[in-house]
Amino acid sequence: MTRYPRRARNPLMNLSVCQLTSQSPSRPAIQTHGLRKVFGEKIAVKGLTLEVAQGEVFGFLGPNGAGKSTSIKMLLGLVAPTRGEAFVLGHAAGDVNVRKKVGFLPEHFRFYDWLTAAELLRFHGRLYGMTDSQLRKRAPELLDRVGLWPHREKRLREFSKGMLQRIGLAQALLNDPELIFLDEPTSGLDPVGRRLVRDIIRQQRSRGATVFLNSHLLSEVEITCDRVAFIKHGEVLETRRLQDERESEIDVLIRAQNWNSAALKGLEAWASSIHGEGERLTLRVACAEALPEIIRYLVSQEVKVYEVTPQRTSLEDLFLQIVGEDGGL
Amino acid sequence: MGAWTMAGITFREAARKKFLWMALAAGFAFLLLFGTGLHFQVKSLARTNPLLRRQVLNGMLMVGLYAADLLTVVMAVLISVDTLSGEIASGTIHAIATKPIRRREILLGKWLGFVGMLAIYAAIMVGGVSGLAYFLSGATARHLLLGSGLILLESILLLNLTFLCGTTFSTLTNGVLVLGLHGLAFLGGWIEQAGALAHSPRAVDVGIIASIIMPSESLWRRAAFEMQSPLIGAIGLSPFSNASVPSPTMVTYAAFYLIAALILALYYFHQRNL
Repeated sequence: MTRYPRRARNPLMNLSVCQLTSQSPSRPAIQTHGLRKVFGEKIAVKGLTLEVAQGEVFGFLGPNGAGKSTSIKMLLGLVAPTRGEAFVLGHAAGDVNVRKKVGFLPEHFRFYDWLTAAELLRFHGRLYGMTDSQLRKRAPELLDRVGLWPHREKRLREFSKGMLQRIGLAQALLNDPELIFLDEPTSGLDPVGRRLVRDIIRQQRSRGATVFLNSHLLSEVEITCDRVAFIKHGEVLETRRLQDERESEIDVLIRAQNWNSAALKGLEAWASSIHGEGERLTLRVACAEALPEIIRYLVSQEVKVYEVTPQRTSLEDLFLQIVGEDGGL
Repeated sequence: MGAWTMAGITFREAARKKFLWMALAAGFAFLLLFGTGLHFQVKSLARTNPLLRRQVLNGMLMVGLYAADLLTVVMAVLISVDTLSGEIASGTIHAIATKPIRRREILLGKWLGFVGMLAIYAAIMVGGVSGLAYFLSGATARHLLLGSGLILLESILLLNLTFLCGTTFSTLTNGVLVLGLHGLAFLGGWIEQAGALAHSPRAVDVGIIASIIMPSESLWRRAAFEMQSPLIGAIGLSPFSNASVPSPTMVTYAAFYLIAALILALYYFHQRNL
């Protein structure tokens, strides 16, 4: 049984994070043009044209059967495209040297379940070409990071689905990748695990890594991604910068009593449109940051404010608007 | 480097999943049975004519070697039948093939691991049978090393064919196909032998065609020819008579066959979508 030095208990505190310094900011992390894959008579990916900048957390969204997993497989060299081109970190997708800088958590992470968690990381580390001394340092860090340090000598066949997802995540981070593909990383994870994934994604972004995230959990994507692409039938329908969505105008519903037209007139300083009826005031404001000032103003006007609800379009609404209610069936 | 990592994990898998130990346990059980049988045979032949005694014991040695060959061949198919098709079907290959390792390294690494296992297994089985025969009866194989090499070559041929089919077919189809082909070769070999004894050139041709389709059995028959006493082979006292011996050309053909199978396996594994 291999013994690792005992680690501090707070996993956030002890992971050595390699800052990426050698990236060229002008080179996209991922670039595809007209990428197409046909299996027999079935068109899995129609023509994917996409660009992901370095250091970006990019969400890849689409209904079931939209060609997301096939696209990821083409980017990783697991599946050969029928047509089109794909570049990963400036090299042809699947290039063996590029894979040294890439991490991948497959959607259904399968493994040699007769290995222990520590053995699995050592095996995958060796495939990355890591030396024994590098692995002696890195494997315990990651086991700690994903909360599996106490289970390091347990065989994977004894792991729960969530634990398997965590060890899969750890193997994807072994090489401090420049680009990480996470295919449904929160699948099978409880809320604590989902939070761990969010923290890891943020940590990867803060060290400059690019994260390509495929997830059905739109609330997770909304929190973590900088930009998202909506795909359907193997084509990008639209890409959106989520920061823009956050900074764009929002409708706000205010439940209030004792308001008058003079008080509403004063709201014009923040709101481009104002509508009042009964206890309901509906405003369109430039950004959510204006809300505290609006509330302060209304209170100063002796308006009784009971409730303020921003009516932001959620990513789910956006998804349904763009992809359609049929889900691509 | 990647190939050695894969070879190591293949070896470890066999040990951890216990099938290596089970195969060795079955092998030792076989050796125990063979030794016991031979012991009583030696006793019962104590007063027999020395020349006849020697030939009978040599025949026993050949039966033991034949069983060792059969076990090695079956082991070659069983241990490797799921290694590619199973990992492709389950998706285990995804996390491996996306590492900085070439597909040929994955395949060759696994192949090296299995060849290592088969070499050890064949050495134990052939060495065990020969050793027991020598210590219990004094019987020895004529060209033991050459014969052992041909037995190992036969098992590698089946291994390579299993790898080739594993790149395309499911585990079950792969096993049925490879063992079916070996069965065809086995039957063809016996038809050829019987045809030669009965002086039927057409039956011999059927056997040769079967050997061209699948040359595994011809490697065993050549090994038997190299190992058994010329007399017993010539008079047809054993099932491995010299009535129709595969030529060195057939052995060379078998060698090319197994190399071609491995090259095709590498090609198809490189080409296929995972």
